[in-house]
This record gives sequence, C-alpha cells and structure tokens, in this order.
Amino acid sequence: MKDLNDHIAQKVIGILAAQALVGVSSVRLDMQLSDLGLDSLGTVETIFAIEECFDISVPFNANDPAAGGADLSTVSAVIETVRNLVEQQAA
Amino acid sequence: MTRVVITGAGTINPLGHDVASTRAAMKSGTIAIGPLELEDVERLTVRIGAQVQGFDPATRFAPQSLSLYDRFTHFALVAAREAIGQAGLSFDDDLSRRAGVVLGNSGGGMQTQDDAFRAVYQGGKTRVHPFTVPRLMSNAPTAHLSMEFGLRGPSFSVSSACASSNHAMAQAAAMVREGLADVMLTGGTEAMLTFGGIKAWEGLRVMSQTGCRAFCATRDGMVQGEGAAVFVFENYDHARARGATILAEVAGAAMTSDAGDIVMPSQDGAGSAMARALQNAGIAPSDVGYINAHGTGTRANDKVETAAIRSVFGRLADDIAVSSTKTMHGHLVGATGAVELIACLIALDEGVIAPNAGWREHDPDCDLNIVTGGARQAKVTATLSNAFAFGGMNAVLALTRA
Repeated sequence: MKDLNDHIAQKVIGILAAQALVGVSSVRLDMQLSDLGLDSLGTVETIFAIEECFDISVPFNANDPAAGGADLSTVSAVIETVRNLVEQQAA
Repeated sequence: MTRVVITGAGTINPLGHDVASTRAAMKSGTIAIGPLELEDVERLTVRIGAQVQGFDPATRFAPQSLSLYDRFTHFALVAAREAIGQAGLSFDDDLSRRAGVVLGNSGGGMQTQDDAFRAVYQGGKTRVHPFTVPRLMSNAPTAHLSMEFGLRGPSFSVSSACASSNHAMAQAAAMVREGLADVMLTGGTEAMLTFGGIKAWEGLRVMSQTGCRAFCATRDGMVQGEGAAVFVFENYDHARARGATILAEVAGAAMTSDAGDIVMPSQDGAGSAMARALQNAGIAPSDVGYINAHGTGTRANDKVETAAIRSVFGRLADDIAVSSTKTMHGHLVGATGAVELIACLIALDEGVIAPNAGWREHDPDCDLNIVTGGARQAKVTATLSNAFAFGGMNAVLALTRA
C-alpha cells in the first residue's frame, strides 16, 4: 500500500467526510462506509462525487456491489480503488 | 356496492402493438429486452432496454395532430383506441358526461423535453417548438384521450413513479364505485427511453447491463421499457344493460405509503397494500391463484416483496403462482402496472400464467412459487397485481374472473 496521506487520499477522505457530515479527523482508514453513516443512497452519492472530482468512472452496481471489481469495503479500500482508477486513466 | 368490470383492453408495449400479440408473447415467454437504439447511445453506460419497435406514428395520426403529440401520447392513444373498440362503446351526450380518463405517468413527455433542451443547450438554438409545453405536460395523453373520444366527465393524470398506473386504475375504479362516472378509461403510459431519461436512471446504479432476472439469485438490476396499456372500467350494471363482454371484475384495490425511505422498499408498506386489497375485494388469501409481482430485478425489491407476500399469505404462498412480466417487457415505470394487468387477464380468462422469464437460479431470499421455465396452466379465479414505487407509494389491484 502506498502512502495514504497523499493528495488522492486527502481528497477522498474529504469527500467521505463531507458526505457523512463529519469532520475529516473522524474518518479512519479501517472504517466501513456504513460506519460513517453512509447508506446505499449515500454510497451512490459519494461515488458520484469521487467520479466528478477525479474524472474517473467507478464500476458499481448497487444490486451487486462486488460485481464491478471496485473494492469499496473500507475507507482505505476506496482510496486504493480511486488510486488505481486514476493511474489507469493516466496510462 | 357498485361493481366495476373491465370491458375493453388495449396496449402497445415492447412485446406487441396490441393485446392479442402481447398475450401471445407473454405466454411464450418472449423477452423484448435488447440493445438500445437511440441518439448518443455511445455516451450511455446502460445500453439495454425494451423499446417499442416498428411503430410509425405517421401511419396512426393525422399530420396536424402529430406536432401536438409526444411519444407517450402516441402510446396512450393507440392503446385507448383498441380498448374502446373492444368495449364497443359509443358516447352519446349523456354517457359522454359520465365518462372520464385517469392515466398514470411518471416522466411526462420526455422525448419532447430531451429534444427541446438539446436544441437550446447543446445546439445553441434560441427557440424551441411552440407546442413544447402542451406536448410534455404529464396530463397531455389524458387530455388527448378525453378529446378524441369526447369524454366530458372527470379526467386527470396520476403520478406515483413506478406505481402510477396502479394508482390511476385504483382511482378510476373508486370513481365508478362512487358513481362519479359510469365509464373510465384508465391505465398508464410512459416513454422514458430517451438519452436524458436513461442517463437519469444510470445515476442511481440500479440498472442491469444483462437483463431483468426478477427473483433469481443472479439478478443484477432493472431494465427500462416503454409503452402503454389502457382499459375500459365500467359500472357492472351499465355493462350488463348494453350486453358488453366482461373481461374481468375489478374486485378491489388498496393504496398504502411506507412513510420511510425515498427509494428503499418496505415489507410493511407492500404487505399492507396486498392485505388491504384482499379485504377491499372481499376475497380470502386462499382465493388468489396468481400474483403479478412488482419484481423489478433489484436486490432490494425482490427480497422485500418476497417477505411481504409471505407475511400476508404465509404457507399459502407455496401454492400461489408468482411471476414478474418485467422480465419480458422491462419496467415501464408509470405504465408498468397497466401492461402487467394483461398478465392477470390471461390468468383469469385463459387459465395461463405468464412466466418469470430469464430466471436461472434459486435465491433463498425469494422463496416463492415463481413461474420459471415457461408458462403454466392453472385455473385462477382471483389475481393480485403489485406496484411498489419510489417514494414508498404502493398500489395493489385485485381482479376476479368475469
């Protein structure tokens, strides 16, 4: 795992905090999105915010969250998923 | 109490351009879902749907009318003409004042909106077609039905997302029961398979890329369709007096609200709608031979609907055939309950249960008597048709054999 304090991590944590209506200091890397109070609609809105911020497309179907291959299980997983998608975008 | 019967049916939907072809397609398990053909489809991530194919409005409507009609009005008029034709009704001055229209619709004239906004935003145009408002307004199809057939009683449109047409038909039945009208044209129409309409649905992340497999363990979301179905709801005594053929009786209906989440379904809201529909119809749970499920193919709906059916019918549900015909014609949103009512008519008057097409694998969360592997023969005297909408709005119709 790469440095989790880089700008991608900071931006993702900022988005999660804003969606969850909490301060960034309340967001821990091992938290699940549900721990932040994000339900399925909150998750969909969070993914939209991430896609708009990074100009990427996150494969995600609410009916089968595992199917798209995007690991959104924890805050650190979301950061890694975004990092991979940003790198793929640049490649 | 005044009894309400169905004396005419009409439709145009992805399975067929009339009731006869729709019945045949439903019985044979035809799946009308396929690649979408529309402008800018390459900019969509959802590229499947159930479109009405081979429909040319110019062959159905006068040139001076065409510029007044959105696609959802085309569909409603085609369906209504068939229904009125089957009912054999002609409206003299007296009857015309005791006849009206209540149609369900969710999106309004989406093609008109799409075209107009594309022209001004993307095309840089400074004006849109002068009839943009009368084409896109949600009550446009209702108005054109009233005008075409000269119906001067109560007319309006009902909007409750995916339950719109069931709410409309429940309302129409109540109006006939109450004596507000002797004849009501009712059902629903929807034409949301436009670039903007699909783009909006994409955002929710609930659409399938593979097909609608309601109640199947492999289900991965819903698929949109389009079209309309319109029925003639008539006062029983009025229908008898004129010697009309009765297709089925609208024995009862019920409407409930979850008062919970804007998108997630509720077992209590869905279950209470079914229970109260039975009560309103004066039929016992054991009378029901077929439930046309809402069955959208989403993870959440099918699980919650299963639990709701179990909560109402208990072990009796083992013997009640259940299918979602959305697996064939897609989810027609504000018209879906109307098209699905045709499956109830097939069950009641032909003794055939339309299948839950495309089903592959048992899901313990959907432990119902799902009609898989083709249509099923059954003697059915009562059916339920479910619709559970975003907004937590539920409407269930109970039909019995004529």
